Amino acid sequence: MIVLDVIIAGLLTGGIYALLAAGFSLQYGVARVMNVSHGEFIMLGALATYSLYVPFGINPLVSLAIVGPILFIIGFLINKILFERIRRLAGSIEVFEGWSILVSFGLLFVIQNVALLTWGATEKGYTFLNVPIDLLGARFPANRLVALLIAVVIGLSFFLFLLSTRLGKAIRAASQEETGAQLIGVNIRWMHGLCFGFGALLAGLAGALISTMFTVSPFMGLPYTIIAIIVVVLGGLGNIMGSLLGGLILGLIGSIVLHIEPGLELAVLYLLFMLMLLVRPKGIFGK
Amino acid sequence: MDIVRTPHKRFFPLLFSISILIILAIIPGYIPVYYVTLLVSIFKYIVLTVSWATFCGPTGYISLASAAFLGVGMYTTAILGETLPLPLVILFGGLVSFLLALLVGLASLRIRGIFFAMFTLGLSEGLRHFINWWEISRQGRQGRWVISAPHTTIFYTMLIILVMTLLSSYFIRRSKFGLALQSIGEEEEAANHIGINVNALKVITFAITSFWIGATGAIIVTQWLYVDAETAFSVIYSFEPTLMALFGGIGEIYGWILGSVVFTIITEVLLTEFPYYYMLIFGIIIISVFLFFPSGLVGLLQKWRKVSSVE
Repeated sequence: MIVLDVIIAGLLTGGIYALLAAGFSLQYGVARVMNVSHGEFIMLGALATYSLYVPFGINPLVSLAIVGPILFIIGFLINKILFERIRRLAGSIEVFEGWSILVSFGLLFVIQNVALLTWGATEKGYTFLNVPIDLLGARFPANRLVALLIAVVIGLSFFLFLLSTRLGKAIRAASQEETGAQLIGVNIRWMHGLCFGFGALLAGLAGALISTMFTVSPFMGLPYTIIAIIVVVLGGLGNIMGSLLGGLILGLIGSIVLHIEPGLELAVLYLLFMLMLLVRPKGIFGK
Repeated sequence: MDIVRTPHKRFFPLLFSISILIILAIIPGYIPVYYVTLLVSIFKYIVLTVSWATFCGPTGYISLASAAFLGVGMYTTAILGETLPLPLVILFGGLVSFLLALLVGLASLRIRGIFFAMFTLGLSEGLRHFINWWEISRQGRQGRWVISAPHTTIFYTMLIILVMTLLSSYFIRRSKFGLALQSIGEEEEAANHIGINVNALKVITFAITSFWIGATGAIIVTQWLYVDAETAFSVIYSFEPTLMALFGGIGEIYGWILGSVVFTIITEVLLTEFPYYYMLIFGIIIISVFLFFPSGLVGLLQKWRKVSSVE
């Protein structure tokens, strides 16, 4: 049952990919920040969860409720202090998008090195729910299934939040047409801050889940950022539903390549990413 | 009045440039090797930045493919270095980079703005992963040995590449070519309509400027004994030229040069003085560039000049 193995493994990674891409997509879609430091928020979430579990014994699933709000506040403040000012200085939205890549590249170094000074460079890990579970004939550690389940719950509840609440509607309006949204009374600067915060929050939660499965270190962020970028381009920039589905698809592709030719996953993902940009820059689900 | 002043305006910068060139040409005999290496490093970043900015400055396309061009140059030397003489190897390094840039340039015909930036970043990173995988799975080892060249050879080769880069950038900007590039940056549709062959222009300029980046990679790698994909295609090389050009001032050649010189020296000082906090300070500098002088060092100088002339 190798096929089933590969598919389930793909969906398990895909669930996490979807979560981290949704946060990235939200930050770009509304706040217009192409946040190259997205993975650093994942890293912060992961290391914070580790630090809560190892000395204090706090269950990682409980930590989600602590790490999430903290990351939200950090994200909100970074937008307030940094990106709001740069948005004003840049003048036009095109210039700002270009600059946001470079500024967040600087932010990447700052966050990574603050983490390095705080936690040190060594890889850290702990065991959590590391018992094998049979799933349709394939064996997987329980922590991966739990992580997938929680990723799905978070992803769906966030999607419902966007779809059905007043605030969610305001966010969607801001992502579609900034001027129009302002005309009907949406406070656009508030939306930028909220969305940047929510993006950091989702990244932090993804990081907390990742820490239950893999070892974590201050350098773990960038590969996740790259995956988030690829997923988001696949699903359509700023299209949050697209990001959720794109994550699952990418997880599957990665899992298939890993099975055929280990070591080539990322190269194939990049190739796919470049082809996607050339052929359908609006994403698979773009109109 | 302009007619009287023009010859002076052209004469003094020319004299200034030539005297700097002469000083640079004789200096390696009189200073310690450490400073020769530092100068080579400065030359490298000026070439990267000027090449980047000649295309990306006026057109507004943000290319993050510099690492790819530099990397293929380095790998050309790593592969051909033992069989061919050095000048030929450097020429090949430039040519490989030129051809790669032609391909990327063709991509730029379809995508622009943020998508072009992502595409070029994908190219650099994708090449890095591909070569890594190839070396580990097909050759069983990561990286390659490289022939080494004496540091004076490296210095003079870099000096020649630097002069060629500056000359080609200067002539591209001063010719009809440069004006056409500028018009692409302002309004690509309109440029097309007034009869500029937008596509050919973009592809050719991008390829020419990338030639020098590849040649730089081919010579610079002989400083080390060993090279692998992680160092050759390091993502830093993609971001640094962009930052240096913005740091100096995106509009002028002398801004790009000033930016790369100052930036390289700051990096060097930080690296030796604060090795543990270097990356942290580097990040803070990048952010401060955008927060405090978005028009770069050139903008700062012009502001000072304006203030002093008012007084």
